[in-house]
Parts: sequence; C-alpha cells; structure tokens
Amino acid sequence: MSAPLLEVEGLSTTIGAARVVDGVRLELARGETFALLGESGCGKSMTALSLMRLLPPAGRIEAGAVRLDGVDLLRLSEAEMRRVRGARLAMIFQEPQTSLNPVMRIGAQIAEAVRLHAGAAAAVDARVLELLRAVGIPDPERRAREYPHQLSGGMKQRVMIAMALAGDPELLIADEPTTALDVTIQAQVLGLLKTLQQQSGLAVLLITHDLGVVAETAERLAVMYAGEIVETATTAAFFAAPAHPYSRMLLESLPTADKRGARLAAIPGRVPPLDRAFTGCRFVERCPRALARCVEQLPPWHEAGAGHWVRCHLWDADLVDTATVAEPAVAEGEQVPVGEDAAPLLEVADLKVHFPIHRGVLRRVVGQVRAVDGVSLRLRPGRTLALVGESGCGKTTAGKALLQLIAPTAGSIRYQGHELAGLSHRRMRRFRKDLQIIFQDPHASMNPRMLVGDVIGEGLQALGLARTRPERLRRAAELLELVGMPGAAVERYPHEFSGGQRQRICIARALAVDPRVIVCDEPTSALDVSVQAQILNLLKDLQARLGLSYLFITHDLSVVAYLAHEVAVMYLGRVVEQGRVEEVLERPRHPYTRALLSAVPVADPRAERRTLRLEGDMPSPSAPPPGCHFHPRCPEARPECALAYPEGRAVSATHRVHCILVEAEG
Amino acid sequence: MGALLGRLGEAAASLLGVCTLVFLLIHLVPGDPVAAMLGEGARAVDQAELRAALGLDRPLWTQYLDYLGGLARLDLGVSLHSGRAVTALLAERAGPTLELAVAALALAVVVALPLGVLAALHQGGWIDRVAMGFSMLGAAIPNFWLGPLLILVCSLWLGWTPVSGRDGPLSLLLPALTLGTGLAAVLARMVRSSLLEVLGEDYVRTARAKGAGPARVLWRHALRNAWLPVLTLLGLQFGALLGGAVITETVFAWPGLGSLVVESIQARDYPLVQGAVLVIALAYLVVNTLTDLLYLALDPRIRSR
Ligand SMILES: Nc1ncnc2c1ncn2[C@@H]1O[C@H](COP(=O)(O)OP(=O)(O)O)[C@@H](O)[C@H]1O
Ligand code: SF4
Ligand code: SF4
Ligand SMILES: [Mg+2]
Repeated sequence: MSAPLLEVEGLSTTIGAARVVDGVRLELARGETFALLGESGCGKSMTALSLMRLLPPAGRIEAGAVRLDGVDLLRLSEAEMRRVRGARLAMIFQEPQTSLNPVMRIGAQIAEAVRLHAGAAAAVDARVLELLRAVGIPDPERRAREYPHQLSGGMKQRVMIAMALAGDPELLIADEPTTALDVTIQAQVLGLLKTLQQQSGLAVLLITHDLGVVAETAERLAVMYAGEIVETATTAAFFAAPAHPYSRMLLESLPTADKRGARLAAIPGRVPPLDRAFTGCRFVERCPRALARCVEQLPPWHEAGAGHWVRCHLWDADLVDTATVAEPAVAEGEQVPVGEDAAPLLEVADLKVHFPIHRGVLRRVVGQVRAVDGVSLRLRPGRTLALVGESGCGKTTAGKALLQLIAPTAGSIRYQGHELAGLSHRRMRRFRKDLQIIFQDPHASMNPRMLVGDVIGEGLQALGLARTRPERLRRAAELLELVGMPGAAVERYPHEFSGGQRQRICIARALAVDPRVIVCDEPTSALDVSVQAQILNLLKDLQARLGLSYLFITHDLSVVAYLAHEVAVMYLGRVVEQGRVEEVLERPRHPYTRALLSAVPVADPRAERRTLRLEGDMPSPSAPPPGCHFHPRCPEARPECALAYPEGRAVSATHRVHCILVEAEG
Repeated sequence: MGALLGRLGEAAASLLGVCTLVFLLIHLVPGDPVAAMLGEGARAVDQAELRAALGLDRPLWTQYLDYLGGLARLDLGVSLHSGRAVTALLAERAGPTLELAVAALALAVVVALPLGVLAALHQGGWIDRVAMGFSMLGAAIPNFWLGPLLILVCSLWLGWTPVSGRDGPLSLLLPALTLGTGLAAVLARMVRSSLLEVLGEDYVRTARAKGAGPARVLWRHALRNAWLPVLTLLGLQFGALLGGAVITETVFAWPGLGSLVVESIQARDYPLVQGAVLVIALAYLVVNTLTDLLYLALDPRIRSR
C-alpha cells in the first residue's frame, strides 16, 4: 500500500474542561471514502474541526499529529494552514441552511473560493459556472446571481460542495452532509459525491450517525464513542461481524421490518460527560457484557480480523473464546392481531387545510398554500397508522387539523361517529381527553419554568380530572413510572433531562388524561438511534397494554416498517398510496413510494443497490403542478398525467394507489 | 418591489397620522388655549380677537381641513410672538440643527464602529473591557451634565472653544460631542454584540474553511451581516438624538429647532410650537423610512418577500 493521504495520530482536543477528542488515530488512502460513525456528542465534528484547525474559540488541540501527505498540519503557521484549507483539505457542513452567507450571491461565494486558490482572474466566472454544472445545478447562469434563501436545502448543499471543489482538494471532510435533507435529496447528494469522487480521485472523510449511509458509501470506517475510537474495520467486515458491544447494539437498535413484533435492543443511559478522567472503558455504564476489569482498566486494542481493530476487554486473550458467543436473543414480543377489522375509531374524509398567502399593504389574499389537499384516513382501535412523506408535504398540518388544533378548510373528521370538524372550543373539550399529541421537539413543547410534575398534571387540571395539586403529582409520578422513569422526577425541571427522557415526559403528559388516540409527530426524529429504540419500544408496550391507537407521523420508512400496521404515503398535500405496511412497503405501486423506498440507505453493504433516483425538488404547495402532483419528477410520467388528479384505485381490499399506471389491475 | 411599495405606503400613513396629532396638540392642552396664550387677566375682547384670528371659533373639522390645506401650501400660520411666517422661522432654524445632528452622528459612528469592532475581535481582553467601560460611562452621563462639564473644561479652563452660540466650525465641536456621546455608547455596544453573534455563525466558519484570512472574513462576510441590526438601531436612536438636541441646543445657545421649541413654549407661541414639533416628527419619520429602505437594499432576504 502506498503512503496514506491522511494520517492522524494521538489527536486530543479539549473544549474548556472537556476532552472531546481523545487519542484519535486514523488513516485515509487516496480516493477512499472513510466513515466516522457515532451518536451525537461523541466528538466526530470536533475531530473534523481539529483537522481543519477551525475549532470554536474555547477549543484547543492538546496533542497529536495530523499528517496530510506527510506534512503535519498542526505544525504549520496559521498563514500556511490557510493555504491548505480549501485547497488541499476542504469541508462541508451539516446545515446548508446556515452555512452560506445570506447577503452574498451564490456565484460570488464560489468565485471567492476560486480566487483564493487559483488566482487566474480572467477565468473565474467560467470556472464558477463549470463548478455549478459539475454539482448538477440546473441553469447555473441564473443561479449564480441568486442569494442562498432562493435555493432549496439540497441545492444549497450542492453549492457548498461546488465551493469545496473550487480549490481541487485531495480530501473532503463531509460532516453529516445529508442529515438535514430529505431521503430523496440525500440520495441525490450522496450520488453526486460518489460521481465526483470517481472523476477526481478525491478522498472523503464522511462523518455520520447513519449506519445506512455508511453501508452504502464507505469503504472503511471507524466507530467513535465518548471522544475515542472504539472500533475500526472495512465496511464489509464491520457489518458482517461488528466486534465492539457498542457497535453491535447500534446495529441492533435500528428499527427494520424483520424486527417487527420484537423489541429493539435499546442502549440504556447516555454518553457520559467528557469533562472527567476515565479509568476504565467509557462504555461500561451502558454495556450489558461489562466485566469487573472494565471498570478499572482501559481496554487495549485487539485485532479482531485483518485490518479490523477493537478496543474492548472481551477480546482479551483469556476471554476471546467466549467473546464470540451470541448475544441472548431478544425476547419475541407477543403480536396481538388487534383491531384489524374493528370499526374505525377515527375516520378522516377529504380533509383540506389551505393557508391564505397575504401580500401588500392591504394584506390582500393572493393565493393559497394547499398544505393538506384532500386526505382520507382511517385509524382503527389499538393500531398504528403511519403518515409518511418528506418535509413540507403536509403531515404535521394534517395531524394538527385532525385534533382541531388548526381549523380545517374542508372535509370531515369523525371520532367514534361524532363529527369534530367545526366544533366550538367548548364542545371539543369532551373529545380533548381522548385525542392527544406528542411532538418532535421535546424541548420546545415544555415550559422550562414548570416542574415536570406540573407539566404532566396540566392536562389533568385543564380537563378537571384531578382537582388538587397533590393528587395531580401523585398521578404524575405513576405516569412517570409507566414510561420508565423514576416517579421522583416530578420534583425536577425539564432541562435536567436528556432528549430521550424529555420525550418520555411528553408521552407521560399525553397519557395523563387517559387518551384513546395519540398523534405522534416525528417523536424520535431528534433522537439518536439507540434512544429512538427506547422510545419505540415504549410506544409499542403502551399500545399493547393500553390499547392505544397511534397516528404516527414520520419521514423515516424504517420506523414505519418496524412499528406501523397501516401506512399512508403523502406527497404535496395528498395521499398517493395507502394500505397495510406489508403491502405498501414490500409491493409498492406508486412511483413516488418506490423512489422513496429506494432512496432509504440500508444498513447492509450486501443489500442490492436500488438505483431509482428522483431528480429535482418537491414543488411548492402554493403552486402544485396540475394533474398528478408528482408528474414533473415521475420517471414514468406520460402526457395524460398532467391532466387530472388520478382517482384512487384499489389494488386490494386495503391497498389504494393514486396513479394512472395502476388502472389496468383495478 | 412589493416590499418597497409597502414601506412607502406605511410612511405615507404615518405622515398623515403625525400631521393629525400635531393639529390636535393645541386642542389637547388642558384649559382654553387662547387664555393660556394671552396669560391671565387678558381682556375678553382680545381673547375673542385672537380666537377668531387663529380660527379657533370654527368647527373642529373645518379647522382640520384648513390646516391640511395650509400644509399642502407649506403655510403653517404666523408666529404670535414675532409675527413672521412659521415656515420662514423653521427654515432658519432647521439648518443649524441638521448641522449639529449630522456632526453628532458622524462623531458617534466614527468612534463607535472601530470601538465596537475592536471590542468584539478581542472579546474578554483589555481592549474589550476598556471600550465597554467607556461605553457604559457614555450611556450613563446625561446631556445636561456633560454639556456644562465640557464648557467648563474646554472653554473656561482651556479656552479652546467658544462657550456658546454658533460661530465657526470650532463652536460646533462641543455641542456635537455632547449630543454624540450617548449615541456612540449605544452604537459601540450594538456593533460589538452584533459582530460577536455573526462571528459565531456557520457561514463565517464556511468562509474560514475556504481558506479566507481574518481580514477577508471580517470585511466580506462578518461585517456585511453585522451592519443590518446596527442600522435599524441607528434609525431608532435618531429619535433620542432629536430629543437630546432640545437640551443640548439650550445648553449651548445653539440657534436650532431644539432651542426654538423651548423658546416658543416659553412664549406660549402655539403656531410656532406646532410647526417645530411637526418638523421634528417629520425628520424622525424620514430617517426611519430611509433606514428601512437601506435595509431593503442590503438584505436580499427581506427584499424578495
Ligand atoms: N462550541 C462548543 N462549545 C463547547 N462544547 C462543545 C461545542 N461544540 C461541541 N461541544 C461538545 O463537544 C463534544 C463533542 O461534540 P461533537 O464533536 O459536536 O460531537 P458529534 O459531532 O459526534 O456529534 C460534546 O460533548 C459537545 O457537547
Ligand atoms: S471493555 Fe467491557 S464495558 Fe467496555 S465494551 Fe468491552 S465489555 Fe463492554
Ligand atoms: S399518475 Fe403519472 S405522473 Fe403520477 S405517479 Fe402515476 S405515472 Fe407518475
Ligand atoms: Mg456533529
């Protein structure tokens, strides 16, 4: 093997008192894609910023070497380092929304990068257009004159990539480059990175928490935990036999279709704070296989296979034979086929929510955002209906309209036969108790100055279910136990808890009034996979124990596959396909559902790569395309598609699709 | 474009509002304005005569229409005290006030911008602490205290500048300093905090990741964004500047609108008070409209809304 392009050795970085990167060692070959994997807060970004020497003000690199082509970047002067940044070593970031200068034109921002490294002033404009074309931005002349806010998130990330390529770097560090993007856009951006890499021999250090993305893109990887690398291997070897307990549990905590009916292997607890010294293994508090020595001795590196290294005592010579013994199988959950044919608890017909667009001094209405445009759903008792779609397709609005938190423009919502649409606040109160909601962001949905017990008791008080505070607190404590938290937490404030615990508190709050239906709006999207697994397990248990019905709003198809019974796929305000989960996910009929499914990265490098990739962005719901909303992006569109919205066609008694191609079998 | 028209429409509406308020001013004074103008013990005939001269004996809405008509012809009536046209008096006094306001503003900007930028770049260092110490002091000292202090030191002890009046560029120095200090203090703080916030933004990190040096990052990326909130503040602070002008002009016997307001109130010269208040309110309106338009020009996000 020729000399590596990048060699990182013993890199340690502190931020204040916290050692956020500790003794990191990495090697990247030319043209290689190397993934740095781990949950949030494990020090991945800080490692990347240390390589760039762009740490936040309190950050300091304490020790180590970062050799690019043999030259130690940590020994360069700041002026010399500036000639490396953007020229040999470029970086793109997680948030394309905030990473571009809002008051500078796109073209000027790219031109700046070109000028900084190329010089040759005459050709700058041509080079900018060439770069925009290379990253697949249509109409580059016009786009170059636009400002960042005029571009979609995917376009902005393309611009970031164009800027990173301006100096012809040898290594691109991509820190969660697609985490903020929808799956179909993520597939575009990852595909673009791969193409560029093949063309130019660029090496990529890809930072991600997404095992699927790793499996699909990287050749080798390292797993980071609490500031340290705990395992490194080729992607194939890693997914075939992950060696570190943390790695295994990460994989097992992923929700997938084949784990339906089983509990997910959630990792208890959370990443330890990094401002203390570790005497033993950092994972010891959460490791189900921890040994006595794990508390006292730092685990050494062991070779688990060719080029496969792991830092764990289970691989110590005296133990290695038992180390490979399989984990205890996860308990099969009882699968109760409840409610399959029961009468629907909640029936939504042709629900529409249009928001007026106001313009000018007189605030005249100049148009309508058709956020929800004719959605029909049925939720049966004890079952989970998933509403899935990309951001902006109207999922959340539909969920809120269903609970009358937003007044629907048209349509009917019948709960146990009672029409809810248009009910006055007072008449709705009767049903509030039965219909609850939990949100994506557990921070924003709780008053930070209220004690947890009062947060949970709020609904009880509002609906007059528990009149005295001691009574409410007692009930709140019971509910906390029900969601797997100590009852004593009633006396504390929400900010004292982690994201996963806060989501539990939100669930307890929803449960307080003993509801029948809970609308769950992306309840796990802000959480790491291991914590997501805890919450999904909890929701499943509660459903089995209390017979709850969930309307589960999500963009994540693997969660749908794991958790839901029925699914409705939304695109631009309409449901394009709905049915039982097996039908829709295994035999999708609508081209959009197919594209969505094929865009989801699968955490298995041996899985066959589906190549259906959507072009372009989702259009604005204020000017939806005529006919089938999907036709401008549909790979199978024909002229008739633009004429009329396709009627729902039944593929089976439970499976309906809105696409003209399905007609023949109707 | 829509945003531009919207902003101009708003300005027109506020203009009418201001004119109406100023008109009502005379009717809102408790008691009989005519009695107040002529003082106690005036004869009933004189009162009636003045009332008729001012048109106060006619219905309110005809008075209002007359007043608006007068405004359209730039006729604000006649000063009771000197008998001269109010507009002519205002025109005489507007120049010096404009001169003072511009000088104070220029002084504030020239001092505050570098101070705020330096403080932000050396956050927590001694430059920052000294700059913010000065800023705290500047904001705390009232004009009626700073003015006399400056006169005492610069004019009476050192003899560098004239004590008062408007006579040559040197006489402008102390009033401008008095008026500009408070603004400079607020501005320096704002520049500092705005720049600090922008320096922590992702796009600044992007610029550094491109290989841009500190000067380029500051000028091309950070400052261009940091100006925006400062600009809004500047527009709003202009009101405080005009308020300060009333006191400062009186302290330095500066022949501007501010001292005119004080003089006319003392003389109970109602048409003149009305005219002066109107002009000051208009100036405030114009400056704020201009800053908003400038904001529109500088921030593409708002422009396209
Ligand atoms: N600007 C900052 N100031 C202080 N601490 C930070 C800052 N950014 C990140 N950290 C801390 O550094 C640690 C590692 O963070 P990070 O590298 O962002 O993790 P990852 O990228 O793996 O999610 C975390 O404990 C985080 O709280
Ligand atoms: S060293 Fe011990 S605690 Fe750490 S991962 Fe291995 S078995 Fe678990
Ligand atoms: S109706 Fe036409 S455009 Fe719409 S999904 Fe079917 S084939 Fe594609
Ligand atoms: Mg990160």
